[in-house]
Amino acid sequence: MAGVVSLGHIDYAILAIYVLFVLGIGFALKRFMKSSTDFFMSGRSIPAWITGLAFISANLGALELVGMAGSGAKYGIAQCHFYWVGAIPAMVFLAVFMMPFYYGSKARSVPEYLKLRFDERTRCLNSISFAVMTVFASAVSMNALAKLLTTVLKFDLSFTIRLPLVGGGIPLGSYDAYLWICSGIVLVYVLKGGLTSAIYTEVLQFFMIVLGFAPVVYLGLKDVGGWTHLKGSLAEVAANPAVLGFHQSADKAGFASNAWTSAWQPLLEGPSHNPMGVDWFAMAFGLGFVLSFGYWCTNFLVVQRAMAARNMSAARRTPLIAAVPKMLFPALVILPGMIAAALAVTAKDGYHLPHTRISERAYPAGISAVREAAGQDLGGKAALEKIGEAVGVKELSPAKLAVLLHDAPTLDDEAIKTGLQDAVTENDYDNVITSLVTKYCPPGLLGLALTGLLASFMSGMAGNVTAFNTVWTYDIYQAYMVRNRSDAHYMWMGRVVTVVGIGLSILCAYLVSNWKNAMDIIQLVFGFVNAPLFATFLLGMFWKRTTSHGAFFGLLGGTLTSALFHALTTATGNVLGIKGGYLWCLLGKTLSDVPQRVVFPSDMAQNFWLAAFAFTACFGLTLVISVLTRRTKTDDDLRGLVYSLTPKAREEGQAWYLRPAVLGIVLLAGCVVLNYIFW
Amino acid sequence: MLDLRWPMGLMFSVVGAMMVVYGLWTFSDDKVYACSLGIRINLWWGLVLLLFGASMVGLAWWAGRKAKDGKP
Repeated sequence: MAGVVSLGHIDYAILAIYVLFVLGIGFALKRFMKSSTDFFMSGRSIPAWITGLAFISANLGALELVGMAGSGAKYGIAQCHFYWVGAIPAMVFLAVFMMPFYYGSKARSVPEYLKLRFDERTRCLNSISFAVMTVFASAVSMNALAKLLTTVLKFDLSFTIRLPLVGGGIPLGSYDAYLWICSGIVLVYVLKGGLTSAIYTEVLQFFMIVLGFAPVVYLGLKDVGGWTHLKGSLAEVAANPAVLGFHQSADKAGFASNAWTSAWQPLLEGPSHNPMGVDWFAMAFGLGFVLSFGYWCTNFLVVQRAMAARNMSAARRTPLIAAVPKMLFPALVILPGMIAAALAVTAKDGYHLPHTRISERAYPAGISAVREAAGQDLGGKAALEKIGEAVGVKELSPAKLAVLLHDAPTLDDEAIKTGLQDAVTENDYDNVITSLVTKYCPPGLLGLALTGLLASFMSGMAGNVTAFNTVWTYDIYQAYMVRNRSDAHYMWMGRVVTVVGIGLSILCAYLVSNWKNAMDIIQLVFGFVNAPLFATFLLGMFWKRTTSHGAFFGLLGGTLTSALFHALTTATGNVLGIKGGYLWCLLGKTLSDVPQRVVFPSDMAQNFWLAAFAFTACFGLTLVISVLTRRTKTDDDLRGLVYSLTPKAREEGQAWYLRPAVLGIVLLAGCVVLNYIFW
Repeated sequence: MLDLRWPMGLMFSVVGAMMVVYGLWTFSDDKVYACSLGIRINLWWGLVLLLFGASMVGLAWWAGRKAKDGKP
């Protein structure tokens, strides 16, 4: 079962070989790092297949891997919309329409494009928010990795740092050790090989994940009896999702039998007919247009990979190459979640969805809460709430807890600890994928699959750190702090800021692991910043009349709109506050006082609508302000930056079937076919 | 620039070879493969990895030779 894994020598050996090769690549690339262009942009010399796979790998971070499996269990095949609706069209758009401006202009980063197109203000806003986001994203990756390793590896790495002057020491656990060791490995190879290192290891990670997870999915699918049986079991889940602890806050008891296995039919029937609780418009416009285009077309983390390509046509082919695996990935990342749900509902071989593990730190409070409750003879519900709060778990089995309370006076701490963990019924969706890996993998394959996970966590950090050091050095340091220094100086700065970036990530990882709300806040801020951004780029690239005032105040207005939207709305079953509706909270109201029209059926629906509003506000404001203000850039300044003022890329030299537009149409057609098959 | 196919091919060849050897070693041990539904997954998947790794190395070697021939 999840959490209890025994690794053999062969597994450790595979893990070690991966780490050795990753470090080796870093050292081998060191001699190619001669200028800042080599370090930050890989000297623009990478072939398209490598940038393409790195592009998709940078996106397929570990969070995506663990998150998608969890969501696959919770929402079924509808989760594929994040791929087929929420990625492919935007990737094709980036390749066909936007890449010529990113690669063709002199910009070295996405914020720098904003400076060339508009002015310093917009760049500043974008680069600072992006830098903060990358640090948090890499922190989240590392925190998850360190947690995974603490549960999977059985080394006891706890030690104490002695402080001779104070006369005490700082005790450090295995979590700290894994966090620092893995960050150290990332630091070494990014310092040595810069962006190229990160890109190469991302490709390595891509194959590790595909080759490590494919057999697990195959075994799982075989075990549940193939697709037809899987559909049958998932119909049972749909009929009574509460059995698995899904969607307990929803008013409805169950869904139609195809709710987990049809991508579109339940969606078209309305929010109350699909487990996601979203309507088709929010899905198509909020996710498919605003969020998806905002992420794929403006996020420097992915765009940087394409900008490292060796020439314009390689750069334009990068997102197109990436779109092929992206389209097929649901089989690798969402299907396992669906398999897990099917296994759990049939309770095959005693499988159940992994439950939240109580953290070591919460045990003392939990144990004393149990003893107190047992002593005071608290009633079932009161005890449940009190103990749940103490250990930080929302759902506990009342029956098991009652037994535990009854026996508590005779039990020692260790037994109460075991009993408490046993009573947890809250699903830990992040562990769905590891629960399958440990269920199906014998030693050997286990090492391969775990190395795939480790690889994706580490390259998640490396990807973010390379994007961070580039934006910091080019868009903040060189732009506002120290101008006109030698190239060697900026390369030195790049290395320094790599160390600083990793240091900050480690700090933030501690923040995320110690403070539960941190994760929610981070996602919140990501949403505020990302949602309106695409409107600015769309108008900037395709309408030469867009002015810098329009762009800046439009973006600011869009961000404020998302913040305001979030302050006013909430989702069913949430407590007013950090998950939305804090303005009502400040007015001293509770969920029942809030007008029904601002309560969405699910977090996801709220999120999609937020994006739709923020985009529209940013678009409208930019449009109006641009018309009212005067242009500061002439047509000449904007050559190569705006669609109508840039000569079209000539493609005569290319075979017709390699042209981005042709490839793009083929990809979109493939995407339509997939949607049709799983309609 | 270092051709990525070299280290990648080598790594997967080594890992694949290890899995094949381990798979042969444990071939008759039903207990090890109870979790993988009785399938000798280490051997079969190890072979796949080995094939993948070897073809990457092959491609890298071929590309290197072509590049050398191209330059006088």
